[in-house]
Amino acid sequence: MKRSNNSIWGFIRKEFFHIFRDKKTLLLIFGLPVAQLLLFGFVVTNEIKDAKIAVFDQSKDYLSLQLVNKLVSSGYFILSDNLSNASQIDEVLKAGKAQLVVSIQPNFAAEFQKQGVASVQLNADASEPNTASILTAYASAIISDFAAENSGMPQQTLVSVQSRMLYNPDLKSVFMFVPGTMALILMLITAMMTSISIAREKEMGTMEVLLVSPLKPWQIVLGKVFPYIGLGFANALLIIILGYFVFMLPMRGSMVLLLLVTLLFIILALSLGILISTVSKTQQVAMFLSMFALLLPTILLSGFIFPIENMPVPLQWLSLIMPPRWFISALKTIMIKGEGLAFVYKEILVMLGMTIAFLSLSIKKFKIRL
Amino acid sequence: MDSSIVISVNKLVKKFGNFVANDNLTFEVGSGEIFGFLGANGAGKTTAIRILCGLLEPTSGDIIVAGFNGYTQRDKIKANIGYMSQKFSLYEDLTVWENIRLFAGIYGVSRKLIQERANLLIENLGLEDYRNRPVADLPLGWKQKLAFSVAMIHKPTIIFLDEPTGGVDPITRRRFWEMIYEAADAGTTVFVTTHYMDEAEYCNRISIMVDGKIVALDTPSALKAEYNAESMDEVFVKLARNSQRV
Amino acid sequence: MSYGQTRALKGATFAVDEGELFGLIGPDGAGKTTLIRILASLLVPSGGSATMCGADVVRDYQAIRQMVGYMPGRFSLYQDLTVRENLEFFASVFGTTVEQNYRLIEDIYKMLEPFANRPAGKLSGGMKQKLALSCALIHKPKVLLLDEPTTGVDAVSRKEFWTMLRKLKNEGITMLVSTPYMDEAAQCDRIALIQNGDILQIVSPKQIVDSYAYDLFGIESKRPNAVIKALRADSRFQSSFLFGHEVHLSVEMRSIAVDAVERYLLENGIETIAVRRISPTIEDCFMSLMEHNNAIG
Repeated sequence: MKRSNNSIWGFIRKEFFHIFRDKKTLLLIFGLPVAQLLLFGFVVTNEIKDAKIAVFDQSKDYLSLQLVNKLVSSGYFILSDNLSNASQIDEVLKAGKAQLVVSIQPNFAAEFQKQGVASVQLNADASEPNTASILTAYASAIISDFAAENSGMPQQTLVSVQSRMLYNPDLKSVFMFVPGTMALILMLITAMMTSISIAREKEMGTMEVLLVSPLKPWQIVLGKVFPYIGLGFANALLIIILGYFVFMLPMRGSMVLLLLVTLLFIILALSLGILISTVSKTQQVAMFLSMFALLLPTILLSGFIFPIENMPVPLQWLSLIMPPRWFISALKTIMIKGEGLAFVYKEILVMLGMTIAFLSLSIKKFKIRL
Repeated sequence: MDSSIVISVNKLVKKFGNFVANDNLTFEVGSGEIFGFLGANGAGKTTAIRILCGLLEPTSGDIIVAGFNGYTQRDKIKANIGYMSQKFSLYEDLTVWENIRLFAGIYGVSRKLIQERANLLIENLGLEDYRNRPVADLPLGWKQKLAFSVAMIHKPTIIFLDEPTGGVDPITRRRFWEMIYEAADAGTTVFVTTHYMDEAEYCNRISIMVDGKIVALDTPSALKAEYNAESMDEVFVKLARNSQRV
Repeated sequence: MSYGQTRALKGATFAVDEGELFGLIGPDGAGKTTLIRILASLLVPSGGSATMCGADVVRDYQAIRQMVGYMPGRFSLYQDLTVRENLEFFASVFGTTVEQNYRLIEDIYKMLEPFANRPAGKLSGGMKQKLALSCALIHKPKVLLLDEPTTGVDAVSRKEFWTMLRKLKNEGITMLVSTPYMDEAAQCDRIALIQNGDILQIVSPKQIVDSYAYDLFGIESKRPNAVIKALRADSRFQSSFLFGHEVHLSVEMRSIAVDAVERYLLENGIETIAVRRISPTIEDCFMSLMEHNNAIG
């Protein structure tokens, strides 16, 4: 065993030499997370500010006025119109005078106090479905909040509310982007970098020499991935720290659990990277495969940018096999909801299963010959 | 200047930072001459060839190739020379005919002339059956002959051959040299590098570079006499053994 | 062994003795690399079998990988690692250290030592080749497989390299070396001449020269190309090729005399400096085998 340990350490040391001598890539590895996070956090935001709403208040009692006030004072909405009849709802939306119309039922206060339930209807301009869904989500969140304040019974909300928003009372899109970026970056660095670095050995002919040595496939693979586990982990920490201090992301759950889940995801991404490298002969192929097989799905199908609930059903199914989806979900549960192991065990099991599947597939596909 | 001189290099120096790749090279090559350019790995041959082909600008010194200035008329130089190396010469996935058309086009041969010369070339090489097949299908020896002919398609004044025969079997290697003789007899100047020392003997004159300098320049027989050697191999080893550069 | 439709090797049969320096001589595309890769356990033959020190190259590939030192045709070291780091890495791969087997590589490594901290990618061709040999030797292999170690390397480095191999032979290491340079064949104990996937002949360098079946003339003249053209026009002359400063002419044994050749050339308007009978080099032999092979194949 001493002999194989020696080989592995020699291999790992060599990998670190490669990584630290390639200054450009190193800069990319650590500059990228910062740039991405700032980009997504500040620039590409789908946060709502000053969206125009119209109110059709059929009750006009103290409680309905309070609700309208709360909506407007949230900072997300500006009241553009007070409507007097239902036919105007369509008009203002069509004319673009408002992006969202809030209709409050007659006898709002009375109903609410008597039964604990009253109805508020939200009509949104769905020609921009993403904005519409975000607007209704924001509005519903404020309304359910309002209901909770006034009844003390948060369960009985007035309208159905997306649970994500429930735990994001400040309605910050950063909460969506930080976990998403983390998944993206970890995927990029670990999967892409390992697959490229294994492909590079094939391209440079050094793999030929390694194959003729007594090194076993698992030793080559382990030696390759070990440094990237470290790099990936350092990156994850960097993103968490940035999220916490720059974007005021809450850290409600267990840090240990969070780091364990992150580590699991890194290993999962690595196993994907190895799988890619077993089918790519050149660095170029490895890069394109990583791009199309990993990055695009991470961005598009993991719920990072587009909410999974809004996707067509087949795509929702597809998102089930996207590793980042489970990671992002686990991250949110731990960081933002502050839940423990009991609430993320499903995600952990799925990721574990995927890792084992990818690893065994790669070891099976790893060629012991040319 | 003598009109039969096609390459004239005087005190050529090329530095990369502090590293002197070419140190004060001076030589002339005459029209129709086969000039062997020898040197150990790292002696500075590649740099010198790149300068002569107009790919690099020298640091100092005078250089005239095919009548054009090596500083200001590099594009003109490129249009009047041919270049063939063992490493890259033809596109393997294009057919014989497509390769000829491509390179003739690059060197500005007119459409009509391309047809004419391509047909002649294919006929001379006996490649009629391969005309529309990818170059990858050709045996190595034929590939090299084709590459040479393609490099000559625009009838250049000078042809540069960078290790044209590496790894080729001894018969093909000799047939290739017979082509070189034909080209030289027709008036083309041949500038050739090689690691085969027997091939050095086929040249009219040879220069040997060591550590960026030309340390010997003469006909093979004169060099053998001067260094009291049986073969060019011996001459080369005697000279290059003192190399300091690695 | 075949790749797709091309048969890279056709029924190669040979045996190398322990401690022998065995040369595989042939041009590019002859099948040398394929053969060496099969022996290195990197490729599986389409038919037939091969063993080294009793280990089957397919079944016992792990045993093969313990005892073989392999130097591939193109430079296959880590260009961004220094000379020293490359050596240490390959030592660690084989579970050994540079110090343990230093004696074996001492002579070669001494020449590299001044550049121990230079990245391997920045070495000259000759030095790269020495480093690659050191790395292939660092675990004290029983068998050394060298695929065209001297291709693209200048004549001086090539000579040095063969001197090193002769020294290693004294250490009892069995070596299989491929090369396209015919002149290197003389350095081997035995050689296999290989072309188009066929082994033409397996002989010692001396035997091959002795078994040459023609009379050979060396013709020196100012116009070698004209000499060749003139000779090829007459069917009495078997073959004629450029050869260093001469033209080599082969004819049927005892079919023609020196002065007859001289006279023939003069009749064709070519003055010669010297015409003499010569003994063949290995390259002459290989060429005659090649021609013979092409004629029947």
